[in-house]
Amino acid sequence: MTILELRAVHRVHGDGPTAVHALRGVTLTVEEGELVAVMGPSGSGKSTLLNLAGGLDRPTKGEVVVDGTVLGTCTRRALAALRRRRVGYVFQDLNLLASLTAAENVALPLELDGVGVRQTRRTALAALAEVDLDGYGPRFPDELSGGQQQRVAIARALVGQRRLLLADEPTGALDSQTGEAVLRLLRSKVDAGAAGVLVTHEARHAAWADRVVFLRDGVIVDTSGPLDRPDELLTTPGGSP
Amino acid sequence: MHGYQLRAAFEESTGGTWPLNIGQVYTTLSRLERDGLVHPLPANDAGQRPYEITAAGRKDLAAWFATPISRTDRPRDELAIKLALALCTPGVDVRAVVQTQRSATMRTLQEYTRLKARADQEVELSWLLVLDAMVFQAESEVRWLDHCEASLIRYTSPPASSLDSQAQPATDADTEVEQEVPR
Repeated sequence: MTILELRAVHRVHGDGPTAVHALRGVTLTVEEGELVAVMGPSGSGKSTLLNLAGGLDRPTKGEVVVDGTVLGTCTRRALAALRRRRVGYVFQDLNLLASLTAAENVALPLELDGVGVRQTRRTALAALAEVDLDGYGPRFPDELSGGQQQRVAIARALVGQRRLLLADEPTGALDSQTGEAVLRLLRSKVDAGAAGVLVTHEARHAAWADRVVFLRDGVIVDTSGPLDRPDELLTTPGGSP
Repeated sequence: MHGYQLRAAFEESTGGTWPLNIGQVYTTLSRLERDGLVHPLPANDAGQRPYEITAAGRKDLAAWFATPISRTDRPRDELAIKLALALCTPGVDVRAVVQTQRSATMRTLQEYTRLKARADQEVELSWLLVLDAMVFQAESEVRWLDHCEASLIRYTSPPASSLDSQAQPATDADTEVEQEVPR
């Protein structure tokens, strides 16, 4: 089942001679159980792609479809609800609210969605246990290590019915062992039925994905992975028909 | 240990990434015996001759572990040579060479990572470390290729002849002027 679909998406920031074409006709699908890594130099459009996928930004042209919903047709309110219910984010830092405990952080999206307090708490604790943080619910973020904080962020990203996980350099500040543990967890969460997009500039991290998409100047220039589609490979630099 | 046991032990700890020919094992053993680094023990009932390391062999081994491997001992890097030659050969699309290699290396990296994901982190530590060595080497190659690509974009401009059809300002965001490569 397709969880995320980008159809010929363009995003232009500004207009006139100073317009910046962040994305130029990007087409990408992410299936259930699939982790797709997006690699590319700074300014290649990686973050724009992630923001569009999560409904945080709107394309100038083209369509973004999340779980069957075309985001362009949604009202602001519907989009906010979809983001809350369907999409989870993990960033490099600034993931957790410092004044809330780990359990409260994980529970937040459910609470905002009007789920009852008792059920919210039960779900949050179960989500923490799933990322090997059983018993850590009452701790505040500054009482957790960097790796544990990222685990809490992943638990929160996938709490409830959310199945699209968008990660932007989630291992950025972590040492290689801790970073790898976070990627293993991300991988296992996706294997269990979520869909993930991982933005990174580290090949070692991207290698945990099923497919690696190379973005350059807003264009997908290549894709590597066992699910390669030959037609995608044919659109090589300079070779567009 | 006799030859077959040695081979099995070696392959187990390196995850079979460096398969050994049994003939090679016995040639090495006889060379080590000649140099006084191992000495043979009486053959067992099955006719297999175990070897034992000597004091001199132990000393040599300790020195090997203590000495870093020199980079100049390694074979020449064919990829670096290929890119260098591609740059000065007319008609070669260097950026395509870089991208083709990067995709291939990335695919290899994905394979290694898949093997890592499957390995037991407690039981197969030596195999995991060998895998990590390959992962880090492949990663450094990708980083170097990224660096090459950035340098190519910065220091080489496409020759005018290849731009004739796309030299007009882009009216459609689809136009991939930046993707044009020197021919």
